[in-house]
Amino acid sequence: MYFNVFGEKVSKGRFKQMVNAFRNRQELIAAGLTSRRDLLKMGLLSASGMLLAKHGLSARAQTSTTTSTSTGSPGSFNVCLPGNQAASPPTRSFVEPLPIMPLAQTVPVASLSPAPTIAPNTAGGEVRAADHQGPELNPSMFPFPPPRVYQVRQHAIQAVQSPDLPTQTIWAFDDGFHATSPGPTYRADYGIAQLVRNINALPPVNQNGGFGMPSVTTHLHNGHTPSESDGNPCDFYPSGNFCDQYYPNVLAGFSFDHQPTGDINEALSTLWYHDHRVDFTAQNTYKGLLGFYCLFNQFDTGDETTGFHLPSFPQFDIPLAFADKVYDPTTGTLAFDLFNLDGILGDKFLVNGKIQPFFEVQPRRYRFRLLDTGPSRFYEFFLTNLNQLGATNQFFVIANDGNLLPAPVKVNSVRIGVAERVDVIVDFSSFAGKTIYLENRLRQINGMGPVPPQGLVPGQVECSDAFGNVLSDILPAGQGNLLLQFRVSGTKVVDNSVNPALDKPMFYALPDTTATPRVTRTFKFDRLNGQWSVNGQFMDCNHFRFLVQRNSVENWILFNATGDWTHPIHIHLEEHQILSRNRLPPPLAVERSRKDVTQLRQNERVLLFFRFRDWVGKYPIHCHNVVHEDHAMMGLWNVQPQGDTVLTP
Amino acid sequence: MTDLSRRKLLGALGMAPVAGGLLTVAGSATGGPVMSADRVQDQARESARRRYFPNLTLRTQDDKEVRFYDDLIRGKIVTINFFYSKCEDVCPIVTSNLVKVQELLGDQVGRQVFMYSFSLKPKEDTPKAMKEYAEMHGVKPGWTFLTGKPEDLELLRRKLGFTTPDLRADKDVTNHTGNIRYGNEPFMLWGACPGMADPQWIAESVEWMVRPDAVHLPHEHAPAHPDAPRPEHQHHVHPAG
Repeated sequence: MYFNVFGEKVSKGRFKQMVNAFRNRQELIAAGLTSRRDLLKMGLLSASGMLLAKHGLSARAQTSTTTSTSTGSPGSFNVCLPGNQAASPPTRSFVEPLPIMPLAQTVPVASLSPAPTIAPNTAGGEVRAADHQGPELNPSMFPFPPPRVYQVRQHAIQAVQSPDLPTQTIWAFDDGFHATSPGPTYRADYGIAQLVRNINALPPVNQNGGFGMPSVTTHLHNGHTPSESDGNPCDFYPSGNFCDQYYPNVLAGFSFDHQPTGDINEALSTLWYHDHRVDFTAQNTYKGLLGFYCLFNQFDTGDETTGFHLPSFPQFDIPLAFADKVYDPTTGTLAFDLFNLDGILGDKFLVNGKIQPFFEVQPRRYRFRLLDTGPSRFYEFFLTNLNQLGATNQFFVIANDGNLLPAPVKVNSVRIGVAERVDVIVDFSSFAGKTIYLENRLRQINGMGPVPPQGLVPGQVECSDAFGNVLSDILPAGQGNLLLQFRVSGTKVVDNSVNPALDKPMFYALPDTTATPRVTRTFKFDRLNGQWSVNGQFMDCNHFRFLVQRNSVENWILFNATGDWTHPIHIHLEEHQILSRNRLPPPLAVERSRKDVTQLRQNERVLLFFRFRDWVGKYPIHCHNVVHEDHAMMGLWNVQPQGDTVLTP
Repeated sequence: MTDLSRRKLLGALGMAPVAGGLLTVAGSATGGPVMSADRVQDQARESARRRYFPNLTLRTQDDKEVRFYDDLIRGKIVTINFFYSKCEDVCPIVTSNLVKVQELLGDQVGRQVFMYSFSLKPKEDTPKAMKEYAEMHGVKPGWTFLTGKPEDLELLRRKLGFTTPDLRADKDVTNHTGNIRYGNEPFMLWGACPGMADPQWIAESVEWMVRPDAVHLPHEHAPAHPDAPRPEHQHHVHPAG
């Protein structure tokens, strides 16, 4: 069965016509007619964005699929749009530079009005679940107010995501100095606590521009954060209110097995913050509410002449936020598929808020912090030289989910799902004077996740060029999505950073996982009559499912009962290690690491190891395909001095 | 049915942001002129109408003819689910849950909130069969059951995303009986929750559509045990130093 973008059944013949029309449109783009303006000038595109019928071009050149062509514009191959979405207007690739997010700036604590308080200032407009735990626990370690104070407001901004699209109204974080999306990057340091006053100043609900809930709760993803500052999905607040979030920047175990400062082998590096409003996280993050939080210490110093000698921040250490989006074919404004429960894919690829930007680099080593911001796409990153497609361009993975590995791992590619991060070191010295690309070669045609490695199940395909054919999950080089263009300068430069190929650096050892768990719990991720569920239950802010005992070890089994779907499962508060996938050790070296999101792949049972330490309160476990997350594939649990032993909560 | 006026909805909002809603220009300003917020909103609403809300002719359990967009969606706060009256699996659970949701929402239903159940088997779900089903479950006014031409209901199901990408699984109608959409059409707020969730939670979710700017104080921390009664705002126990 074939459908057009309006959900209407069409014949196979009609569907092929639509595919051909789309292909023709891609060829026009490839022929250099790259902007809306050009197409308008040539009389090929009507003002409403439709291609005019000419030389066999259909006036309804929108299908629920776009397909591979050998001559299409770079970076637009093999993109599928499931559901009720229409293809975005054409845009040029690599015409605008990569935006680098500004560093968040502190403010004097005296500038905060009302002054911050340890107890929630409900009368003053604050919405917070409980007192700040840190200052009450240990005021010398966690002073109040802390040494660094920030004030951010979330509000609407005007942003240009492509010169070929109209200016977009999106939502951003504003630290008082810069209002951007992705928001300003925090440069945080272990041992220096900080407070972020997070003010919701989003426009009234009747000005959401088509989607988005102006009600927020900001989660610091992977933070070892007390519950009341974690940004729990249920702790949301409307415009006009605020929440003070206290980030202790402390190593896990400080009050338990690694007193008094915590376990250095639990050091975190690349965190991110994003809206987590229950049921509306997909819309609000898609609209721009996210940013980076980079945490440094005496080893990961941000200075390539000290510590682990990793490339210096921020000149050669670059956070990259990936997002795929769709734009209305008629108006060119950002569109969100409001009626989708499976997962949303876009046909435009943004890095740091721009569609397919370029980045001028020096012929030396860089650290890139790659983040998949979703909503639902998985990426497998490759380095591609379009003039030498047969070449394998290797790079080093140094961190998984922002946690430095025991040692760098040399790879041809690396795959991440929504909310996962991977830090890599790319050495451009062998590409001096050349242009290369960061390319996503993973084939994904719908919200289910990457197609299975053995290929598609015939008949499953609603949206692809496959027509039931068996396809590889990895696309050929140069035929995936070219995300970012690197223009490598030809001038030799000094590089003081560690060379993973020669220096064999070592980072943090993996914490021991042989401790006996207090309890082993099982979580079955399922779909019941279309409802996303965890152990047959659904997200409910009034319902807490189980109690973890503070300062204890647990094993958790994640079980995928949804067959061919892949779910990136995220657990708050503490990191975990993957003990096994289907009872075997994780096959990839990069997975022998600390994680906060684990891909629960097709038909898998994954065993995780946890230590839950230091803080008490409520936290969630959820699928981070944010469309699944928003539709109840989440559960709340609680950490208290006394735990329970509920096995399938 | 009376349309909920835009003015009335705006009036329900009340609160102005304490820190203002200033627009800040970021990045390179190479884009076109900026449209007013109202114009953006009107355009987005029109796009959503075209994309999701075909103005199909449907029939209610009282054998009344209605148009999907004009009569059921436009200007309204709604809940939407799919069912069929002979469904013995999950539909009775979802329907009895929705009956409790209707009770919890009280007299808002039929005035501010409209509940709709669309048939997955329109051939057998005649107005009479739907009326019997509604009466059997104790459905009150403000909740409408809808049938029509099979191809129209099928189009609606696809438009509203009661689908699954695996086309074999999509053919099984029981896969579309679980979820409830809730939404506020003029504000373009659309969410969904499971029909088997706690009715209290479903009702709270629908309330966000009625009062999106209301402040909800979060539960401080969780109760001592999941099976224990759920106290409001219990003081948490701090870890021992």
